[in-house]
Amino acid sequence: MSTFLQSFLIAVRALRVNKMRALLTMLGIIIGIAAVIAMVAIGAGASKMISDQIASIGSNLILVLPGSTTSGGMRGGSGSTQTLTYDDAKAIMAECPSVEAVAPSVRGSGQVVYGNQNWSTVVNGVTPEMLIVRDWALESGRNITQSDVDGATKNCLIGQTVADNLFGATDPVGKIIRIKKIPFTVVGLLARKGQSLQGQDQDDVIYVPLRTAQRKLLGSQFPNLVGSIMVQAKNAEVLKSAEDEVRALLNQRHRIGPSREVDYTIRNLTEMLAVREQSSKVMSMLLGAVASISLVVGGIGIMNIMLVSVTERTREIGIRIAIGAKRRDILLQFLTEAVILTTCGGIIGMLLGVAGARAVAALVGWPTVVSPDTIVVAFAFSAGVGVFFGFYPARKAASLNPIEALRYE
Amino acid sequence: MSEVVSLNDVAKIYTMGEERVEAMKGVSFTVGSGEFVSIMGASGSGKSTCMNILGCLDVPTRGAYLLDGVNVGELSNNQLAEIRNKKLGFVFQGFNLLPRTTARENVELPLVYAHLPAAQRRERAMAALERVGLVGRESHYTNQLSGGQQQRVAIARALVNEPAIILADEPTGNLDSRTTVEIMTIFQQLNSQGITIIMVTHEPDVAEFTGRHIIFRDGMVITDTPHAAKSAASVQEERGL
Repeated sequence: MSTFLQSFLIAVRALRVNKMRALLTMLGIIIGIAAVIAMVAIGAGASKMISDQIASIGSNLILVLPGSTTSGGMRGGSGSTQTLTYDDAKAIMAECPSVEAVAPSVRGSGQVVYGNQNWSTVVNGVTPEMLIVRDWALESGRNITQSDVDGATKNCLIGQTVADNLFGATDPVGKIIRIKKIPFTVVGLLARKGQSLQGQDQDDVIYVPLRTAQRKLLGSQFPNLVGSIMVQAKNAEVLKSAEDEVRALLNQRHRIGPSREVDYTIRNLTEMLAVREQSSKVMSMLLGAVASISLVVGGIGIMNIMLVSVTERTREIGIRIAIGAKRRDILLQFLTEAVILTTCGGIIGMLLGVAGARAVAALVGWPTVVSPDTIVVAFAFSAGVGVFFGFYPARKAASLNPIEALRYE
Repeated sequence: MSEVVSLNDVAKIYTMGEERVEAMKGVSFTVGSGEFVSIMGASGSGKSTCMNILGCLDVPTRGAYLLDGVNVGELSNNQLAEIRNKKLGFVFQGFNLLPRTTARENVELPLVYAHLPAAQRRERAMAALERVGLVGRESHYTNQLSGGQQQRVAIARALVNEPAIILADEPTGNLDSRTTVEIMTIFQQLNSQGITIIMVTHEPDVAEFTGRHIIFRDGMVITDTPHAAKSAASVQEERGL
């Protein structure tokens, strides 16, 4: 222990003697660590944004959409026909064991009016399960109920954006709005959800009971049809089997076979998003890797200066050896010097990196996340750089021949 | 008088590529405790090689070197370092003090490698500086001291571990005649306190102050004679210094 303390003191003194050089040498490490921390923070911020969006969509989701139809040899493309029904949704809920909840919906749009305000927005017909599946809370009021759906009541839930535009600061719950000229009672206000992955405002929406939408608002030809069915699996493990069960069931119900084309598509939302999250993680790793290159360059700078310093101080090393320093003492002295340089650089770089990440967050509005892990790793890494790049010069110093070193001019 | 140094048929052969240089060709002599010996000889006579071996900076190719009863040839590098630290004190021609370091810190250096606590280091360094008459200069930096003062710091550094021998390699080589006498006075004082000193020099004037002359030529000792040492202190007085 005293050996370490002693080499530490000797090294600090040696560095103090040449402050400017020490600072310039550190600069490489400072920039390297600052770059790594800032880049990783920005990258981590991006992945956090994506994972937040995943959470905002809901977890373990499969989306069932109507498929294409072929008419006279011309294929209509995805969604060219309405083939899914409310009964399909009910059947999925009843017959697929891996499924936790099912939320069918129809999508439309229309103008809503309250008092002298009006706003055009998306009007979706849904069942109560929609809020469960999408993991969406209510800010006030209540969810629509199954009896709202069954009775096709004129109750609705509105999103924050709609509330802002129609009501301003007033509490919308209990107020009556007109959607496509039909009066609806606002029974609940949805909590704020923010942007979707595609950048759409998820709060610009009105939810009405599914049956109400089908029969009264959208004027569908076939009132039992739904535009999409969101299926939530019980957990991430059974997501795949839930998908298989839904597919099997729909094939059976739609009598899909050799003579009949598949008329629906299944998208695994969670999987898609996981891929995006993965790619953003890779991106942030790449950023970190690029930044680490500057750290390596900084390390080489340290090695360079340490080599110069060993040559410059050959005589000093000779004196120390003659006076009774062991090779280990000399090795430790120079190694400590290098490690002090890099860790001091590391600490300064860390502060700069965190400040830089904050600045980016504040100025550009990118979210950044500085995790304690990054800081620990960066610190350990800077010390490691010192040991790695300091070892060769230190060994060179320790292996000097004292007789020649003492004669060195 | 016990033997501090005993060289028995010591040879040192350097091989530089094809060439074999026999720097020492079988040197034997002993130095007793409390002696003040000067080693002389022309350059290339082997006196520096002998000094390096005496100083445990180099090991003999052949023969045995006993320092304070320990056969140095059998020791590891670390053990040699310890011997240099505890039993030897070096004084060099070029002073060889650490730059940008105070006198006291320079003197403390051997104690640092002996792992002494700071308070004790300080105390012993101050005592050593007192013995060479540098009290009051302990916080001066090396570059703020004159040549003679620097050499006195170096002597204090050599003294601080209470070594068995002080090895001085041309200690007055860089000094004017006045300072030379000053330094020799200090050496004689220390010698009279019982410290064994072996000094390499090529100046007969300086050798006058020692009690024994060993002269090297071509890697061998050619003469080894006792000598009535001239008192440096009286020379100083004579010259009115």
